[in-house]
Amino acid sequence: MRYGHKYVFLLPGLLVLIAILIFPVIFTVRLSLSGWNSYNPGLDFVGIKNYVRLFTSDPRFWEAFSRLAFFSLTTVFLQYILGFGLALLVWRDVLFKRFFRVLFLIPMMTTPVIMTVIWKTVFHESLGPVNDFLSMFGLTPLWLSDPMLSKVTVIIVEVWQWTPFMFLLLLAGLLSLPKEAFLAASIDGAGPLRKFIYVTFPLMAPISIGAIIIRLIEASKIMDTIYVLTSGGPGTSTETTSFYIFIKGLREFQMGYSAAMSFTYLIVMILSLTVIVNILIRVFIGRND
Amino acid sequence: MKRITLAVTSMLVGVTAAGIAAGDKWSDQFPHIKNTGDIAGECSYESMSQKDYSGQTLTINTHAVPVMGEPTALHAEQFSALTGAEVNVIHTPAGDLYSKAMIPFQAGQAPYDIVFGFSNFIRDWMAYLEPVPEYYVNMRQMQDVTKSHIDVASWDGTMMQFPIDGDRHYLKYRKDVIDNPELQAKYLAETGNELRVPQTWKEYAEIAAYFNGWDWDGDGELEYGSAEVMKKDDLMYAAFFSRSVAYAKNPATPGGFFFDLDTMTPLINSPGFVEALTDWVEAVNYVPPGGINFSLGDEINSFGGGQALFSFSWDDAFVAAMEDGSAIKNKVGVAPLPGADRVWNRETGAWDETYNQAPYIVWGWAAAVAKKSKNHELAFDYLCFFSNDANHQADIAIGRFGVNPFKKSDFVPDIYVERQGWDQQIAEEYTETLMDMEEKSTNRVFPLRVPGVFEFTSAVATGTSKALAGQLSPQEALDEVAAEWEAIIERVGVDNVREAYAVGVALEDNLR
Repeated sequence: MRYGHKYVFLLPGLLVLIAILIFPVIFTVRLSLSGWNSYNPGLDFVGIKNYVRLFTSDPRFWEAFSRLAFFSLTTVFLQYILGFGLALLVWRDVLFKRFFRVLFLIPMMTTPVIMTVIWKTVFHESLGPVNDFLSMFGLTPLWLSDPMLSKVTVIIVEVWQWTPFMFLLLLAGLLSLPKEAFLAASIDGAGPLRKFIYVTFPLMAPISIGAIIIRLIEASKIMDTIYVLTSGGPGTSTETTSFYIFIKGLREFQMGYSAAMSFTYLIVMILSLTVIVNILIRVFIGRND
Repeated sequence: MKRITLAVTSMLVGVTAAGIAAGDKWSDQFPHIKNTGDIAGECSYESMSQKDYSGQTLTINTHAVPVMGEPTALHAEQFSALTGAEVNVIHTPAGDLYSKAMIPFQAGQAPYDIVFGFSNFIRDWMAYLEPVPEYYVNMRQMQDVTKSHIDVASWDGTMMQFPIDGDRHYLKYRKDVIDNPELQAKYLAETGNELRVPQTWKEYAEIAAYFNGWDWDGDGELEYGSAEVMKKDDLMYAAFFSRSVAYAKNPATPGGFFFDLDTMTPLINSPGFVEALTDWVEAVNYVPPGGINFSLGDEINSFGGGQALFSFSWDDAFVAAMEDGSAIKNKVGVAPLPGADRVWNRETGAWDETYNQAPYIVWGWAAAVAKKSKNHELAFDYLCFFSNDANHQADIAIGRFGVNPFKKSDFVPDIYVERQGWDQQIAEEYTETLMDMEEKSTNRVFPLRVPGVFEFTSAVATGTSKALAGQLSPQEALDEVAAEWEAIIERVGVDNVREAYAVGVALEDNLR
């Protein structure tokens, strides 16, 4: 019996996959081999010139990458700790459980750009309410103007905005845990701390790894917060890879070069996340399978 | 020459005044022009009402509201009511105006009949724009535009953008402080210097530092020395160039401000620019807290809100301060950008120890018609209507519109005294300062208008912001910018950049 016709049924899905996934990647690679910019439109072929420039004479890209790693790892770590804590708080029967569950999700449901504008106003050094309050104690921190403190501000906004996502995933995980293990631990006389260390945390490991990876992927694309809050400044102290690619691509219109940066970014991210997944498995589960 | 200019201006003002019919049928229908009524002209309300564009559609890509976006939408509505055309207005953030037009331009498409942007986009956009037809270039309304803004809208003598706005950077200061005899005496006693409108950037710094961080106007709030655009974005480099012109635009060395036109060597890291950046780094100490992160909006709010003694950049902060309801209305003054006691001479490789001042005719809002548009006449008529005398007079009185003077008839003090309630002296100071920059100075600097202009200016923004943040010294930062500029020139092609730059240099060297 011939089954050739089955491919006809697969074709629509395959075409959609090619259109939305394969084609953009292939086009980006092709674009990265061109010199397309504002004065030279079109897909000419310049070989690996853009990649040579990226790897030999653009330290700003790699500095932005290291900043991105710092922001991603720091914010996701904090989000995980806070998200897990909040999920544990409303996991068991507490008063107004449903209210708190919805309340904790509100930051995630707001539009990032709008919220960042509000945070920018809140942290405005001379007109914002935070410094207005702190000035009563003689303090006027430069939340957006100090190279170090501006990083802290970005982290605060990111953690505020995205901890609810971590909370949501971890709460769903907690609610799906089997009750038997907790009953057994109770019979053995384990207290809340021991139950958490020896039952809850290990059982939550697969969900934790998934949540962390999803957030790391999202956090590595940080753009709107930086764009609105600091524009990558002061200097380049909060400039991340995606913001730098945005500047080169859509501001300076260096399309070919920004495509080369985007593709390099994709490769580095795939490699980095593969390594991070392995590390997380070792840390959370203790073996690499 | 002065007499001829005066006569032409008087004639234009006369024509304008003669055409005024306050309380006419048009102002009844369109209250926006209630102060002047319709003003006779090729694109007046009356003239446009004779046109019939029913069934035709015009699509405009403009800035977000309110700045330029609001007048675009308002005039679109009026134009539609007069001519029957359907006008779609799309609002885009400033940073995306360039790419939003450039992508379809390069793809050979024409989703927009009219594109709004900045006048320094001209070289990159030029190939995709329809030159302004002779009819509009020669009409009376256009004869009223200052030569500087005809030059800004034109490329090598061909008008490519329709003049809708006028921009230059100048100094704004708190008149109630600088002219205050008590504060003058206090300043003299404590510093040994005269308190006056600063003539140099060094004097600007001294006065700003003195008036930084205390309540000098007795409103119970702290005030600061200066509000400036320092945030690393599309605009800060223009503030840096404003601070640089006095040190680096030497009338004795024609042939380029940004580059040496002969060799195309970047001059951005020469001692004149380094001196300006050194001053700017020092300015971090006399701006409001967080001033290093001030965008143009922050600068407008800060100076316009009475928080700072000085400010310099576009008109907006001054207009905001002078609007009805402002706490500092008629307490602010206008002066040319400060100068310097010395200017760098790149030919001798030494400082010329002489006072130097140079106006910076900075880029501003521009609008143009896409070459591939199928509605050229409709599009040009809309732009002509947008900037007709009645609309223009109404627009320049509304700070948030971002429309600033660019017509000779704008530089008449009475307009501001009678229609906007300005003090006579301030109105005179304002019009005289702007007119002198526009028409009298022979040492002007025009914006950089070369292929890949954003690459060049973005490099300046990055370098100078690194210096302001303390990441690099001024010399290191500008050396980095110069190296980046050399790399850009290599990519674009030295002859391409030189050919385009020569057009701007001809304006600066008064050869056109």
